[in-house]
Amino acid sequence: MKNPLKDLTNDPIVENPMNEPSQHSRRKFLFKVALLLNGAVGAVLAVPVLGYVFGPFFRKNSSYNSWVPVGNLEQFPPGETRLGRYRNPMGTPADGQTRTLPCWVRHITKNQFQVFAINCAHMDCPVHWFPQSKLFMCPCHGGVYYQDGAVAAGPPPRGLYQYKYRIVGNQLLIWAGELPTLSTEASIARPGCNSCQV
Amino acid sequence: MPGLKQKSIALYHWLDRRLGFIKPITEASEHPIPSNSASWWYVFGSAATVILMLQVVTGILLALVYTPTARDAWNSLNFLNHGLTLGWFLRALHGWGSDFMIAIVLIHMTQVFMFGAYKFPRELTWIVGVFLLLLTLGMAFTGQVLRFDQDAYWGLGIGASIMGRVPWIGAWLVHFMLGGPIIGAATFSRFFALHVFIIPGILIALVGVHVWMVLRLGINEWPMPGRLVRRSTYLQEYEAEVHKDGVPFVPDAAWKDVTFSAAIILAIMACAIFFGPIGPSGPPDPTIIQTVPKPDLPFLWIYSIFALAPPHLETPLLLITPIAVICAMLGLPLYAGEGEKHWSRRPVAVLMVCVIAVSLSILTSLGEHPPWSPVMNAWSADPVQPKYLKDRTPLERRGAIVFQQMQCRNCHSLDGVGGKRGPDLNRVATQMTESELIRQVLQGSGNMPAYGSALSPQETTALVRFLETLNGNQMPARNLARPLAEGTPLAEPQQGHKEE
Repeated sequence: MKNPLKDLTNDPIVENPMNEPSQHSRRKFLFKVALLLNGAVGAVLAVPVLGYVFGPFFRKNSSYNSWVPVGNLEQFPPGETRLGRYRNPMGTPADGQTRTLPCWVRHITKNQFQVFAINCAHMDCPVHWFPQSKLFMCPCHGGVYYQDGAVAAGPPPRGLYQYKYRIVGNQLLIWAGELPTLSTEASIARPGCNSCQV
Repeated sequence: MPGLKQKSIALYHWLDRRLGFIKPITEASEHPIPSNSASWWYVFGSAATVILMLQVVTGILLALVYTPTARDAWNSLNFLNHGLTLGWFLRALHGWGSDFMIAIVLIHMTQVFMFGAYKFPRELTWIVGVFLLLLTLGMAFTGQVLRFDQDAYWGLGIGASIMGRVPWIGAWLVHFMLGGPIIGAATFSRFFALHVFIIPGILIALVGVHVWMVLRLGINEWPMPGRLVRRSTYLQEYEAEVHKDGVPFVPDAAWKDVTFSAAIILAIMACAIFFGPIGPSGPPDPTIIQTVPKPDLPFLWIYSIFALAPPHLETPLLLITPIAVICAMLGLPLYAGEGEKHWSRRPVAVLMVCVIAVSLSILTSLGEHPPWSPVMNAWSADPVQPKYLKDRTPLERRGAIVFQQMQCRNCHSLDGVGGKRGPDLNRVATQMTESELIRQVLQGSGNMPAYGSALSPQETTALVRFLETLNGNQMPARNLARPLAEGTPLAEPQQGHKEE
């Protein structure tokens, strides 16, 4: 084996056959045992590390959601659809502006509401409500929905996501906290269902 | 100054004895390459490496000021743009550097493919290169997120919605991508870690492996038609060619690499000065919904595919195609590791490059001005042109108002002005009869919503009367079924056309 310091010292290096790794069977064995031990330590270390990385995601969907206020009932006149705002129940100050989220609140009659997620069911872009034509339009790929959230045109594979709601005193609360997608809609009812109001 | 020269040489030897790699690096840089490979076609790889260095340096300099939190990132970008001397220029360099890097990496890859350089023994160099392309695209996407504006926010939503389409583990993937159930501080932090630590770490390591293999296996020779690559003979042939006709990489080829890199860096600087920094657009406030989210240039083609693919094919297309394309690229050198290198004998390869290049260009340019997106403010911003209102009855003019108020303009243009989602209605009356117009308006069809519940009978009548005036001075459409039902011969409309 070439000594890396040979160039520095200029001294001749005496080659000793006992320096050959093949001669050291006991230490080779010890090295293998040490490697095994190291692997075992690594495996033990991996448990908390993987737990740290993946742990937060092994929980039931519903546990992300909470009842959060969208506003007073006066903000949502009957027969109209207005933009509601709610605070992310799991939010922290570090979220900044992303902590406040929008939704569309449709007040049908007296105590009957539909609360739609802002996200288009196609690609989660924000849909706009046009009260004149009574349509929700998505600016991204042209998804269009009727006032009850059903698909009117375009690529969305389903109607608008809806939040469960309830009225406490003068306040409208919704069951929210999770970004709705085609997989994470579990806590969110489909349009036209009867169980939207809890 | 012989004294100074001697001292310099002594210092060099002092350093080289301790470091031990100056001499090997010098020798490696002077390694012989086939003389015909000292070509301007072989400069793209080194240019991509130089841009990577620019990105690392500008990235570190930006990180000195940038505040990596969801709350403050947008403000700190504006501070960089407007409050800090030349902050805008550093941001512009980093942003344009990113676009140039993707372009150069793609050109490099195309050149390598067309010159057959991925064949034996350089299969692994190509495979590592495929990962480098993916990592470069990963840097572009995560970088777009760090420009934490409206587009970044909704871009994350689009990413999450794609994850949400994966069967069985979709919800888990969404949460993993977002770092929680919803877009927020944790989402931002993990994209910061990806952009600044994880992806660049892997990228730089793989660039090292890539360059090492280029040195070890030698630069690809200029392909000749009919000269086939065979595993059994290639290495000897290459050795013989280099031995007979080799030139040192430095300086014979390297001067072209260095010149081209300088030109590219100059081009990036020119773009940075003339076009300025990219964004940020509006603040990442999800309650400001007056936004039309759009991805950055390198991803516009994907955005176009989402809009153009038939809805029932969308999910399989989204989930299977990327994996299939990546597998095909990785498997290419293993499948076609031998044989012809020259493009003139590989018509399928040439055709593939042409089809892919034309498709990506068309999809990108469509994504720049997407015809499928409604123009959300056309109903209030683009009035009906006066020529469509001149000499019209009050009912028809009332119809024009309904036409505007009901957001028809968001999808339909008049004389090219307005949305392009639906057809231009300039001459709709020549294509549809009154009854067909009424049916279309009330019931909708295809990509048009039904307006039955939004329009009163009076409004419908007015709207259809207005639409009937849009005939471009041609004969209006006629219902061919009616004359038959009434016993009138079919010849009549044909005569009408003749008279015209």
